[in-house]
Amino acid sequence: MDLNFGKKYKDFTKEVKDFCKKYKGIHFIDSSKVPLSGSFKSGEIKMTRSDWQKILIEKGYFARSIPSEYGGYGGESDIIKSRIIAEEFAKSKIPPPMGGQGIDMLVPTLLELGTEEQKQKYIKPTLHGEIIWCQGYSEPNAGSDLASLQTKGELIDGNWVINGQKIWTSTAQYSQMMFCLVRTEPDASKHAGISYLLIPMDTPGIEIRPLVDMTLNAGFNEVFFTDVTIPEKNIVGKRGEGWAVANATLSHERGSLSDPNAMMNRLNSLIDRMKKETINGEKVINNPVYRDKLMKIQGKVIAFQSNSLRVLSAKLNKNQDVKIAAMIQKLVGTELRHELEGFAIDIMGELGTLYENSPNIRDGGSWQIAYMYFLGLIIGGGTSQIQKNIISERGLGMPKEPKVQQGA
Amino acid sequence: MYFGLSEDQIFFQDNVKKFLEDNAPLDVIRKIANEDDKTSKEDLHKGIITLGINNILIPEDNGGLGLDLLFATAVSQSLGEGIATLPFSGSYVMAPIAIKYGASEEQRNFYLNEMSNNNFNFSIGFSEFFGSRNESELSFLKNKVNGKTFFVMDFDYATHIMVCDKDGQIGIVSLESTGIEVVDLITVDKTRVFKEIIFKNTEIDILENTSSSKEAIDNAIDAGRIVIAADSLGASKAMLDKAIEYSKERKQFNRAIGSFQAVKHMCAEMAAELEPCYSILWHAAHSFDSKEKNKKIMACHAKSHISDISKMVSKKATEVHGGMGFTDLLGLHYWFKRIGVNRQMLGSPEIVREEAAKSQGL
Ligand SMILES: Cc1cc2nc3c(=O)[nH]c(=O)nc-3n(C[C@H](O)[C@H](O)[C@H](O)COP(=O)(O)OP(=O)(O)OC[C@H]3O[C@@H](n4cnc5c(N)ncnc54)[C@H](O)[C@@H]3O)c2cc1C
Repeated sequence: MDLNFGKKYKDFTKEVKDFCKKYKGIHFIDSSKVPLSGSFKSGEIKMTRSDWQKILIEKGYFARSIPSEYGGYGGESDIIKSRIIAEEFAKSKIPPPMGGQGIDMLVPTLLELGTEEQKQKYIKPTLHGEIIWCQGYSEPNAGSDLASLQTKGELIDGNWVINGQKIWTSTAQYSQMMFCLVRTEPDASKHAGISYLLIPMDTPGIEIRPLVDMTLNAGFNEVFFTDVTIPEKNIVGKRGEGWAVANATLSHERGSLSDPNAMMNRLNSLIDRMKKETINGEKVINNPVYRDKLMKIQGKVIAFQSNSLRVLSAKLNKNQDVKIAAMIQKLVGTELRHELEGFAIDIMGELGTLYENSPNIRDGGSWQIAYMYFLGLIIGGGTSQIQKNIISERGLGMPKEPKVQQGA
Repeated sequence: MYFGLSEDQIFFQDNVKKFLEDNAPLDVIRKIANEDDKTSKEDLHKGIITLGINNILIPEDNGGLGLDLLFATAVSQSLGEGIATLPFSGSYVMAPIAIKYGASEEQRNFYLNEMSNNNFNFSIGFSEFFGSRNESELSFLKNKVNGKTFFVMDFDYATHIMVCDKDGQIGIVSLESTGIEVVDLITVDKTRVFKEIIFKNTEIDILENTSSSKEAIDNAIDAGRIVIAADSLGASKAMLDKAIEYSKERKQFNRAIGSFQAVKHMCAEMAAELEPCYSILWHAAHSFDSKEKNKKIMACHAKSHISDISKMVSKKATEVHGGMGFTDLLGLHYWFKRIGVNRQMLGSPEIVREEAAKSQGL
């Protein structure tokens, strides 16, 4: 066991700490469209999110291993540096680089499977936050059983013509582009008939209807396609290979839905809150029942954070087997975060119910928002039940469900 | 950066595991636990001593292996997995650590040398420090001890007993001294031996540094909690493995019960909760070894968190086995009970969590 990142990283850690000090209290002049990216109201330094992305890339704190010709920093991939950056940013509450489906899912996919032209065209503006992407996978009749999707794409005169409907498409209303799964080979088997297409959202024939979610924000949308026509070259991978292309990105998404550093920050905010709130004149933190529950959650958070260190270690030490430890992160991380946020509401009692701009609201109402938001993440990106199917079948080697006979 | 057990640690761990698989199958455990078969037990103890498990934490200068707590933790996982009917956490972990931090140099060399030769064997009675039950209380006065200590652990081969008072002062009593009454306790877990001990003006050798410092008692209890957590984690792993194996063999409704989603999800939940337990366990042992600031918090959380998860696993894994899980025949209950007793040893989860809160200034 050796938790030191080594001498070589000491200087780097210091450099990042200095950077964080310099930008402490930075706040953005354009509003966030990505929920929960935090509010940073107090500081003196003002800039746009896009400018912030550029500064981070220049320092190599973001898009580190992405070649500079595509707008990245062009350095060696270094997961320890990434970890240090994430930890230091979280500790000093500096806004992390923008994430979202374009950056977290599409960019890695293009780097792996995209054409040179696609890389040139899309990666840089995506990293800069100038192209926002949405993920068009789910349909009304294809959720957990995603491969049964029916939105149709036909190749007519060198163009894809798309008809059908997507649903639960997060941020579609703000997006310039969509990466989308479309059935292009109707005669092929379920998984072999899908292609991965890149669709400009201003193409005629696209209609977006925002769906209000339980937080009362329009977090996601329905997207309708009527004879939407895009160039043939807007395909990633070959015809019928879309399922494999999509799976390459699904694993990127699952990693990004449960960040242990953010979790630790929330835990510390919860402890602060418990020191401030009182019940019958006594500080909540001194109430034995709440104290015990807090410690229970802290134990879980530390276990989860330690687990992510173990998973990180296996990336550096190839002989380490952490298959199951990695597989459980989406399930455990989202469930735990939801529990943590819910407990914060409990310690506040009636105060915990306040919402929007209510008088007496605590921490801007962030506990209720996050409590609901993380329920969304428990469902999105493969529900907890689907995660358990994956863990038991692929992780523990348990027998698959027998296939239901067709027409039975 | 490397987060995990080293090759040496895994090697040692595997050796202990293999030794127990070869020498302590369930029928041997049963004989020892139910029939008090002393010969079988002694053979087992002698055998495992040759692997050096008694010497892990004793410095090389005193004839030990001079290894750290993470080693002991790795070994403890195997002992729990094989529900070894042997002393470990008290005799071979807490005792040498208490001596290391609490003894004068003379005391230290004397005791550690005798321990590494396996001449001295310690049982531990520390309950009075973190939460006295059953009206137990000890008082030390001028090298004499009076009173009662409840739930003394690792008495199996004890030549001495190490006790403490509620202020954390530690002393050693030779079992050859006069004024000792030993009361046999019977717990649900028959793989291990627990006692109540009553002292009447019994001679005690107080560890010199413990009258002015709590370092010895704190470290001994932190370490004990970590290795007991490891024992529970090992036992939980054994139960999950058995559940998965059984689920692939047992058929109902013409299919393996493991193909039923309800069963799969129980197993996935167990695995999902157990994986982070390995991580927090090793992290806690490492924090202890490198004397990190947060080592007490880590030790407390490792103990209480793993106790909770193990309790859940011991229930669900039994359920996966259906009626068979409830039988004595299958013997799953030995692991269930081991986990149950570990949970209360050195502080039940609520007590330990309160210590975690206090130790971070809350
Ligand atoms: C906040 C949020 C954001 C989202 N963003 C996007 C997005 O940007 N793009 C996009 O394409 N999609 C998005 N989704 C959709 C998301 O991927 C789906 O909601 C999810 O995959 C579940 O599909 P479903 O809603 O159709 O539920 P269903 O599949 O109908 O599931 C309903 C219930 O049945 C259970 N179930 C289904 N199949 C099984 C099975 N085999 N075994 C056991 N239980 C099963 C589920 O676990 C669930 O409890 C988002 C969802 C949410 C909540």
